[in-house]
Amino acid sequence: MKTIFLILKREYLVRVKKKSFLIMTFLTPLLMTGLWLVPVYMATKNVDVKRVEVVDESNLFGKTFKNTKELNYQFVKTPIEQAKKNFAKSGYDVLVYIPKQIIQQPNDLKIYAENNVSLTIQSGIEDSIEQEIENIKLLQAGIDRKVLDDTKVRVSADTYSLSEEGERDSSSGAASAIGYLCAIMIYGTTFLYGAQVMRGVMEEKTNRIVEVIISSVKPFQLMAGKIIGVALVGLTQFMLWIMLTIGLSSVMSSVLGVERPQPVAMQMAGGAGAAAMQDVQGAKPAQRTSSNVVTKALKAVGTLNIPLIITCFLIYFIGGYLIYSALFAAVGSAVDAEADVQQFMLPITIPLILSFIMAQFVIRDPNGTMAVWLSMIPFTSPIIMMVRIPFGVPIWEILVSVTLLVLGFIGTAWLAARIYRVGILMYGKKPTYRELSKWLFYKA
Amino acid sequence: MSILETRDIVKQYAQHRALDGVSISIPRGTIFGLLGPNGAGKTSLIRIINQITGPDAGEVFFDGRPLDSSHIGRIGYLPEERGLYKKMKVGDQLLYLAQLKGLSERQAMDKLRIWFTKFDIKTWWSKNVEDLSKGMQQKIQFVATVLHEPDLIILDEPFSGFDPINANLIKDEILELRDRGSTIIFSTHRMESVEELCDHIALINRSRKVLDGPKKAIKEQFKTHTYHVEYQGSIEGMNPVFHVLESIPLEDGFTRSNIQIPPDAAVNDLVRALIDRVAVRSFGENIPSMNDIFIQAVGEVPTT
Repeated sequence: MKTIFLILKREYLVRVKKKSFLIMTFLTPLLMTGLWLVPVYMATKNVDVKRVEVVDESNLFGKTFKNTKELNYQFVKTPIEQAKKNFAKSGYDVLVYIPKQIIQQPNDLKIYAENNVSLTIQSGIEDSIEQEIENIKLLQAGIDRKVLDDTKVRVSADTYSLSEEGERDSSSGAASAIGYLCAIMIYGTTFLYGAQVMRGVMEEKTNRIVEVIISSVKPFQLMAGKIIGVALVGLTQFMLWIMLTIGLSSVMSSVLGVERPQPVAMQMAGGAGAAAMQDVQGAKPAQRTSSNVVTKALKAVGTLNIPLIITCFLIYFIGGYLIYSALFAAVGSAVDAEADVQQFMLPITIPLILSFIMAQFVIRDPNGTMAVWLSMIPFTSPIIMMVRIPFGVPIWEILVSVTLLVLGFIGTAWLAARIYRVGILMYGKKPTYRELSKWLFYKA
Repeated sequence: MSILETRDIVKQYAQHRALDGVSISIPRGTIFGLLGPNGAGKTSLIRIINQITGPDAGEVFFDGRPLDSSHIGRIGYLPEERGLYKKMKVGDQLLYLAQLKGLSERQAMDKLRIWFTKFDIKTWWSKNVEDLSKGMQQKIQFVATVLHEPDLIILDEPFSGFDPINANLIKDEILELRDRGSTIIFSTHRMESVEELCDHIALINRSRKVLDGPKKAIKEQFKTHTYHVEYQGSIEGMNPVFHVLESIPLEDGFTRSNIQIPPDAAVNDLVRALIDRVAVRSFGENIPSMNDIFIQAVGEVPTT
């Protein structure tokens, strides 16, 4: 035990002291804060006003174009040929030509500009004209616009979950968002930290220091110490990310004067929650109505069982990481050079990528047969179960899944350790899968 | 009493038997040369002694007891393929390796201070290993091997990579360690250093032990009862039991001859016969070198 502690201490300190760790740790929260702040900031900033010259031969659209913050319309009587000739010197940014028979031939509408016309301007103008033509046609048919608007009814339902504890708000939107976010985080970090374990093993092997180390400690202790050490690096990085992101966002938002409901942030004293909140918030920052949407989304998030989600996230993050990093360690021990890694990566990447893809189907049907099975298999459960949990999963299912996860880890660790102890002392030839399977039965 | 004993060690790899019934006994306080051509099984044996791998059959005894993990801290190992963590500071690295051998941080620190003064390398403490030259790294690795004052030190080609001055420094350290009571297993291809350092040797060839014993006894065993003599005159007409193998005229008028006598003949008779005939300048026994013994036992030239 003492040796494992010594090893993990070294693995931890070496990584935490690295420049790349510091850069990653401090840059990521900056990027994340920037990601939701920049759009908000841009939206509140004034936008350049574009001047649009309209040549309307049909004389139908005089009242259609309303000046907006971004677009300033000017109707001119100049013939189109003349207008086109003078356009460059006229000081207008965009020239719109509406021909006489626009009602009959709506495709004759033309938009000119010095450079390409932005999609928003184009669709804005098209929409305005479309609607006006529609109005005109409706009027001709004897229908008033108002009548038509009245016929359009918007339906928006609030979802509730009914269980033995009674009725409570549920939000499948928030559940999906959080579930998906957890899946992405587990997927990403497993690869990130698993690869670190692998590279660490390869470093020791190619440096040849491994022979000195395992004359002092057992190969399994070395492998375990490395895996735990890197796991602690990951947890440290998570904690710093969460704290820095929360800290930075509140500082930045107060500096920029962006409104941000704080109390909810305190409620969700957890990483997944905080990050999810940003995600929800970042989704529609530019809209004027966003504050409304945000509060609604946050309320929805509040209805989820956040402590359970965070606990499960930690369990599944650690469980998934342990299973995969043991495999990564085995791969690292089997090869001599980074170039040979690829041939052994498939057994690791396939279940990971598969569960990530399946996660999108599971979100649609979180309690389907496939979802339940995938959330039991140790190789897929870390991602799939985390997608399901925000929707509510019976406790017994979680318990079974976690038990299987632990058993899965013990199995993989045993397998990996047997490959590892042989692999780290094998130099020279490229091993094959057949040889790896033989290593399993070597006597130590 | 021997500090380490192996009995009928067998190590089998998939297609290849690396060790086949190897028994050696290493007397305490000696420098024990473990010799053999490439691929003979030396490294396999060393790995078994270090408990890196286990034997398929046979037993290893350390200090009279079956070898187990409690002995790890009493063994120091310098593998042939050297390696250190490149991006780790010299001081941190040595502290770490010493702690893995069971020293406390404080003990390790105290001992390191002595070695850093001895080798005059105090300025290296906070340097990264990768910033040191290869020879410097070797020195660090040597310190790491002996820092925990092991009873048994296993050195696999300890002089490779050292310039003559540093090789001498290390040689003196090895002798000093022996004099202070450590036992050293010294695996090498360089017969001149075996000649110089080893008290005992064992020679392994093709997975089997072919020679074993005190160096002197082995030399005795391999001697050919030949003598060399340098003289002026002619040794023609000596007793035919003194078999003249070759005679080479030297540039200054002297001749050098190699003469073999029967194992039971007295050397004095040869000397007497020589003095009667020629003016002798020098006379001596041809003692086989370790190189000769190696070649004769293995049938090939030792390669480095």
